[in-house]
Amino acid sequence: MALLEVKDLRTSFFTDAGEVKAVDGISFNLDHGKVLGIVGESGSGKSVTAYSIMQILAPTGRIVGGSVKLEGQELVGADESTLRHMRGNKISIIFQDPMTSLNPTYTVGHQLMEAIMLHTKRNRRQARERALEMLRLVNVNDPEKRMKQYPYEHSGGMRQRIMIAMALACEPDILIADEPTTALDVTIQAQILELMQDLQKKLGMAIIMITHDLGVVAQMCDEIIVMYAGGICERGTADAIFYHPHHEYTKGLLRSIPRDENNGQRLQPITGTPIDLLNMPKGCPFAPRCDHAMKICLTERPEEMRMNDEQISRCWMNVKDGIDAGNITVERSASHV
Amino acid sequence: MSENKTLLEVRNLKQYFDINMGFFRSKPLKAVDDVSFSIRKGETLGLVGESGCGKTTVGRSILHLYKPTGGHVIYDGQEISSKESLREFRRKATMVFQDPYSSLNPRMTVSDIVAEPLDVHKLYKTRKEREDRVLELMGYVGLNSEHASRYAHEFSGGQRQRIGIARALAVNPEFIVCDEPVSALDVSIQAQVINMFDDLQDKLGLTYLFIAHDLLVVRHISDRIAVMYLGKMVELADAEEIYKHPLHPYSQSLLSAVPMPDPKTARANKRIVLTGDIPSPLNAPSGCPFRTRCRYARRECAESMPSFEQVAAGHYVACHRVKEIN
Ligand SMILES: Nc1ncnc2c1ncn2[C@@H]1O[C@H](COP(=O)(O)OP(=O)(O)OP(=O)(O)O)[C@@H](O)[C@H]1O
Ligand SMILES: Nc1ncnc2c1ncn2[C@@H]1O[C@H](COP(=O)(O)OP(=O)(O)O)[C@@H](O)[C@H]1O
Ligand code: SF4
Ligand code: SF4
Ligand SMILES: [Mg+2]
Ligand SMILES: [Mg+2]
Repeated sequence: MALLEVKDLRTSFFTDAGEVKAVDGISFNLDHGKVLGIVGESGSGKSVTAYSIMQILAPTGRIVGGSVKLEGQELVGADESTLRHMRGNKISIIFQDPMTSLNPTYTVGHQLMEAIMLHTKRNRRQARERALEMLRLVNVNDPEKRMKQYPYEHSGGMRQRIMIAMALACEPDILIADEPTTALDVTIQAQILELMQDLQKKLGMAIIMITHDLGVVAQMCDEIIVMYAGGICERGTADAIFYHPHHEYTKGLLRSIPRDENNGQRLQPITGTPIDLLNMPKGCPFAPRCDHAMKICLTERPEEMRMNDEQISRCWMNVKDGIDAGNITVERSASHV
Repeated sequence: MSENKTLLEVRNLKQYFDINMGFFRSKPLKAVDDVSFSIRKGETLGLVGESGCGKTTVGRSILHLYKPTGGHVIYDGQEISSKESLREFRRKATMVFQDPYSSLNPRMTVSDIVAEPLDVHKLYKTRKEREDRVLELMGYVGLNSEHASRYAHEFSGGQRQRIGIARALAVNPEFIVCDEPVSALDVSIQAQVINMFDDLQDKLGLTYLFIAHDLLVVRHISDRIAVMYLGKMVELADAEEIYKHPLHPYSQSLLSAVPMPDPKTARANKRIVLTGDIPSPLNAPSGCPFRTRCRYARRECAESMPSFEQVAAGHYVACHRVKEIN
């Protein structure tokens, strides 16, 4: 049994303009100790996927279908006490901007200790010990002094370390990191990514790394999900996604960023404009921007197709022959990567 | 491609801001401190460094959006000093900003936004001429007449960036400071805008100072790259040269820290991870600004600021120990 099993998860926001299907049927498994990356452009549903797993959606948002199982236990529709136990003890989340989750009016030490006491049976003295231990773990120097300071007295990189300390204090099995380094400079980003890799090895937790930066996933992840318009385009090992992409959107992304491969050459952008979730096309959501779109792409949304042991894809290109012959038989993948 | 003629020369540029420390005391913040470089006609010079190191300030001081505290800006052989030289310069040099969301007035139509510099500089005689010019400018950046009467807020980030660029082109500039022009855009849109900068350079012979923190984007677009740290320029060389053989310890760690979008390279990459944070420019260290984080720092590094010297053809570095450590 996988640590986390997400099946056909659907989350919508009900706005004045209509239903926004922010996450539209995504499935994946996550095993102990693995690092899973989720990449995709702005608005593709990366954060909403994370918030749905944690069930911390905005009031207008609701999970409208599918299932999220943690160690076999269903979280969708679970009672508040199950969810509270899950958040903090089993799954922790850190955000792009640590200031959104640190309270500016309390000292760092106070907030760390409160979080520890809320989720574990430690008393004040033990919580203090644990807080100091965690700050040392994330390489905060002079932790005694840092404990007495307020969040604004710390730099962005330092605040992100403190957030990580807080998220890890209760030894979660899964850490969800939503763009944890996007707001940081590259040398500070390198520090934080290295810290996360170290901690992951030391503590053996699984990580879901959400980012729009293909470099960050290449460096950090065992497996990668590429998202577009609320759905998965492709899911596979890092090497499979980068070296043998099987979806036109993934291929387009790799052609559009400057890399060693295209150094000195003209970039090949993905044409067209980003998706508007209120006006979703009928077939493949990427079809309006896809250079290889076929007739079927305009009418039918591709199902998950297993490419090999390492990869699934949702792109009609993979069954081109079948389509040309006019009879499309697509097997739903039985297991997940 | 760049010619050999120097278009812009910046000599010992200084931009200090007085920061109020309370109790009627103030302290100078040396946002840019003694920076010198030149840009050739038709060239793209990339300017990189971490946030707050002074990149934007260099761009703004060159254009005299701030009056420089010290130093010289020489454009096309003429020093920008008098009011006239500045007025002349402003017609040839302009700036494109990072944030396509806030740099455009949401209540103006696209054609009014693009035409504003034409109005300011009175660059047309008849309404028809104005209209034609606006359409021509929009054409340069891939927008069409349908877009002209719409409002900026109706456009996506990439389209707004295009509007900003069309506007910058209105004065027929020769030189453009591009301040993080693609940083706010999604990768798929970034590539469209980067290509457009390339095309416009070819078509109109433009010269760019291209500021960005994405080092892969900068490498792609630049002929040469300059690296800044805490208000100083620490290295300047050809783009490929600095990529393959960075000589300054800061550039070395900065480049090694870039996450490469290729799993095998990323796994094999030996990152030089710096400890500590960037010091505040209000309390910059004595001597070499990088010494508090430099693994090669020695006593001499605290004592004097290393000079910015040419160590190989066209390769400039400011480090006391550059010869020993490389
Ligand atoms: N509270 C909300 N109300 C309505 N729509 C929302 C809300 N939150 C998110 N959405 C919509 O859901 C979609 C997915 O959003 P999400 O935040 O998951 O994107 P993302 O992939 O994380 O993007 P980014 O890279 O910009 O963080 C978007 O279209 C967004 O506008
Ligand atoms: N108008 C200003 N007044 C005071 N300080 C400023 C001003 N503009 C910039 N600074 C300071 O100068 C330094 C360099 O800023 P900037 O050039 O914007 O950096 P970058 O563009 O490299 O991120 C920073 O410490 C910044 O806070
Ligand atoms: S399914 Fe069709 S439109 Fe969608 S990515 Fe594949 S080829 Fe393109
Ligand atoms: S001058 Fe000294 S401190 Fe500065 S970069 Fe060189 S070795 Fe390091
Ligand atoms: Mg997000
Ligand atoms: Mg700036």
